[in-house]
Amino acid sequence: MSDISLGTSVAGIPEAAPRQPPALTTGPVAWVRANLFSSWLNTALTLVLAYFIVRYAIGFVDWAFVNAIWSVPNNQTQACRALKASATPGACWAVVTEKHRFILFGTYPYEEHWRPALVCVLFTALYIVSGMRRFWRKELALVWIATLVVIGILMWGGILGLSYVPQERWGGLPITLILATFGLAFAFPLSILVALGRRSSMPAVRVLCVAYVELIRGVPLISLLFMASVMFPLFLPEGINIDKLLRAQVAITLFAGAYLAEVVRGGLQALPKGQYEAADALGLSYWYKTGFIILPQALRLVIPPLVNTFIGFFKDTSLVLIIGIFDLLTAGKTAVVEPAWQGFGVEVYLAISVIYFCYCFAMSRYSQNLEAELNRHRGR
Amino acid sequence: MSAALDTETHLRSAVRTDAPPAILLDKVNKWYGAMHVLRDVSLQVATGERVVVCGPSGSGKSTMIRCINRLEQHQEGRIVVDGTELSDDVRALDAIRREVGMVFQSFNLFPHLTILENCTLAPIWVRRMPKREAEELAMHYLTRVKIPDQARKYPGQLSGGQQQRVAIARALCMKPKIMLFDEPTSALDPEMIKEVLDTMVGLAEDGMTMICVTHEMGFARQVADRVVFMDRGEVVEQGAPESLFNDPKTERLRTFLSQILRGH
Amino acid sequence: MSQTSTDPRHFRAPPKRQLRLSWADERVRAIVWQVVIVGIVAGVIWWLVRNTQHNLEVRRIATGFGFLQREAGLPIGEHLIEYTPASTYFRALSVGVLNTLKVALIGIVLATILGTLVGIARLSKNWLLAKIAAVYVEVIRDIPLLLQLLFWYTMLQGLPAPRQAMNPVTGVFLSNRGLRLPFLDWQVAHSWALLAFVAGLFGTWLTARALRRKQMADGKPRPLWPAALGLIIGLPLVVWLAGGAPTAVDWPALRGFNFQGGFTISPEYFALLIGLTTYTAGFIAEIVRAGILSVSQGQWEAAQALGLRPGVVLRQVVLPQALRVIVPPMTSQYLNLTKNSSLAVAIGYQDIVSIANTTLNQTGQAIEGIAIIMAVYLTISLSISFSMNWYNNRIALVER
Repeated sequence: MSDISLGTSVAGIPEAAPRQPPALTTGPVAWVRANLFSSWLNTALTLVLAYFIVRYAIGFVDWAFVNAIWSVPNNQTQACRALKASATPGACWAVVTEKHRFILFGTYPYEEHWRPALVCVLFTALYIVSGMRRFWRKELALVWIATLVVIGILMWGGILGLSYVPQERWGGLPITLILATFGLAFAFPLSILVALGRRSSMPAVRVLCVAYVELIRGVPLISLLFMASVMFPLFLPEGINIDKLLRAQVAITLFAGAYLAEVVRGGLQALPKGQYEAADALGLSYWYKTGFIILPQALRLVIPPLVNTFIGFFKDTSLVLIIGIFDLLTAGKTAVVEPAWQGFGVEVYLAISVIYFCYCFAMSRYSQNLEAELNRHRGR
Repeated sequence: MSAALDTETHLRSAVRTDAPPAILLDKVNKWYGAMHVLRDVSLQVATGERVVVCGPSGSGKSTMIRCINRLEQHQEGRIVVDGTELSDDVRALDAIRREVGMVFQSFNLFPHLTILENCTLAPIWVRRMPKREAEELAMHYLTRVKIPDQARKYPGQLSGGQQQRVAIARALCMKPKIMLFDEPTSALDPEMIKEVLDTMVGLAEDGMTMICVTHEMGFARQVADRVVFMDRGEVVEQGAPESLFNDPKTERLRTFLSQILRGH
Repeated sequence: MSQTSTDPRHFRAPPKRQLRLSWADERVRAIVWQVVIVGIVAGVIWWLVRNTQHNLEVRRIATGFGFLQREAGLPIGEHLIEYTPASTYFRALSVGVLNTLKVALIGIVLATILGTLVGIARLSKNWLLAKIAAVYVEVIRDIPLLLQLLFWYTMLQGLPAPRQAMNPVTGVFLSNRGLRLPFLDWQVAHSWALLAFVAGLFGTWLTARALRRKQMADGKPRPLWPAALGLIIGLPLVVWLAGGAPTAVDWPALRGFNFQGGFTISPEYFALLIGLTTYTAGFIAEIVRAGILSVSQGQWEAAQALGLRPGVVLRQVVLPQALRVIVPPMTSQYLNLTKNSSLAVAIGYQDIVSIANTTLNQTGQAIEGIAIIMAVYLTISLSISFSMNWYNNRIALVER
């Protein structure tokens, strides 16, 4: 029963010296044997896969680097077209070189591009700071508000000597980041209320929250975006017109709110019943109990799935392309509409994929590490 | 050898010296990576013999009995079970596993099957037994482990002690010649240990060949024909329970025993 | 204890709590809160409805679904049912629904197959295979689906024109007009053979059950394959022969600027199907992997120690447990795939969203158009989750 650990146990008695295992069971050679050539089937599989990897990797490197054209003078794309039709095709990265400013910042005034660039940096910094556990304090909310205000000033301008840039001219990566970040900032509080409502003891509140969540989750985001772009103007009193970007932002917020609410609800359910009872026993009112005892713990539990939901939702902002809002993807698609550059969509889409991948991969790695860390703490 | 250790409480030995050994381990070696976990382990178990294996955790005792039905593979030496040598031959392995029952520390019942289905699964799929017959057999063994009334329940609805008794019944339904127990009581609450040990004593009384990894010294004294003490992957000392416990020859066993006793 | 007693003293109804009309009473508070919240929501909805009605009047838009009976006049390239531009809007929308189902159902089947393979590959002992699967999952999940769809569509458009079409196998042509395959010149006998094939599958299932029952009765296992071979291959073959064994094949051939004949998979459908399948498979792979990992090593060991062969262990012990973990998240992936098929509108595949969108642009019936889209998806979503919940309840684990 009482397990005795090896370190403190029987020692000091002569014992047979440990022998080395038979040859080729440790070391890199053994690793290769065990993981790549452990049986005939495995060896065959390894060889086939290696053949395909080498073959396609060579093909890709030839296309993307060796034969590629990196820049052309004055939109003269004949060289690119010739390359594409040749026996040794290559990528025409010139389209990215030429159009990268447009893809990243859309139609924002060219000489003011440092502003959206700074906005992207600020957003990224905000994500990084929010991800660090030592900054998980109440002050973080203030940092968010301050950063978002600075971002607003930078984008619009009109004060502090910055020239005014109307919203119609915004575009590219800042739009993607704005939609995702503002969407999260508004959807998150909404989702907490809805999640609490779904677990409320009041039937009418519960029904409303369930109806909201299930309705939104049952329909595609596109239908909500259509609703925002065509039906929204009908909803409002005559004469009031809301900007298209803002309407899309509302649709995205409502959409994200429903999905986040389910994640938060998971956290509320995962919290042991004892925590609720302990809070009740202290005689706290509902809002005190919820705000100071239940929510902080429940949210901590669901941070990894919240990050995963946010990743999904970051990718989903690209759907605004369908209602014609100028985000990163729309900018990329528009870049190859120009006759000179038609047919080079693959290069542009690959470049945009790299940007999305960097953001999403970083977030997903972060969520995995955080999950492992939280599990470790809970295990103790 | 067994005649000498018969005490009032000890079971009568059922060792049959005329038959070939049920299990034979000859200079078995095993490594995990570079770690040498079994070092020249040699052990012979006669038909009807009851062997208790003890030793500190990490001493290789579980690894050894898991090698016997090839849940782990040894790298050097020979293991012969019921006259068949363990090798890469799948058919030989199937034959051995049919004759060797095993009970695990963590029960490992199948949670999606009822108690009865847990017991009839192997007889139906391995022994090709009609379902009705398999169920009768299962009920017979469930009665023996004293839980026939739980047959229609699922493992999740039973206590740990009950689950372990079901696991024993499940292994018995294959009518094995040899039973291996891998710390069957370590995961149990104290009040449930006795019911499982009683079941095991009952088995021993019927003359089952058993190898049992356990720290239950009372069980060893009452049932074992022989106790094997392992430490750091090797068999350090073995002998009749009384002589081993009362008169340990090595310092390692003495230290181990003092720690066990302090633990109790 | 006293449940069986008939002594009336043991029964007492719980005391009825008096409702005190005071703010201190919990139930009064609850009622007031609910009235307030419902009031606010109802008020907002009423305000929106009133605005909408007013706006519609001002813009002279008539509401109602009368437009469904009007002639649509919109061309649809792919239709599973009879359709011409002279058909009604209702017909056009029905075509859209069928097109959505066509891509969603096939996508679900393909994504499940691919996802399961990739999920198993990630657990492979072969390091190279496991790494490739891991990279696939990571890359595919971190790039927006819409971007992937546009990528695939652009790739397909970059293929040569029909005159220079790729011709990997005789009769198969891949060009920027899609994939052309030779196809049977469809006869009644083919329909019958297909029917016989389905009947054969069903018969095989019945036979498997009967054989299983017999095995349970006398313990002897019986092979299924002779019956399966006869029913699944033999039966359709006999029906086909009886129907005159028509073998005519419709080969695609280049006429002018495009191909004629054969079976076409349009580039839009092809791109959408590839995109949806590969994207969803990335998520399904992770679900399958988690499901397999959720069955502990101890279950394998216990089953092996009982002498069960690996195939039986997989069928009787591992899969039934893994499926319990896999089914619920798999359901939401199926739902996601179905909802994501609405991205078809971005690459010009005419699904329900695309057709409803055209309809609302042509008729100005915005509310009705969006209501139709939502109703269709809600119906699909609810029916998938309903049937999956039913299945899930059936296989749920009994716990203490």
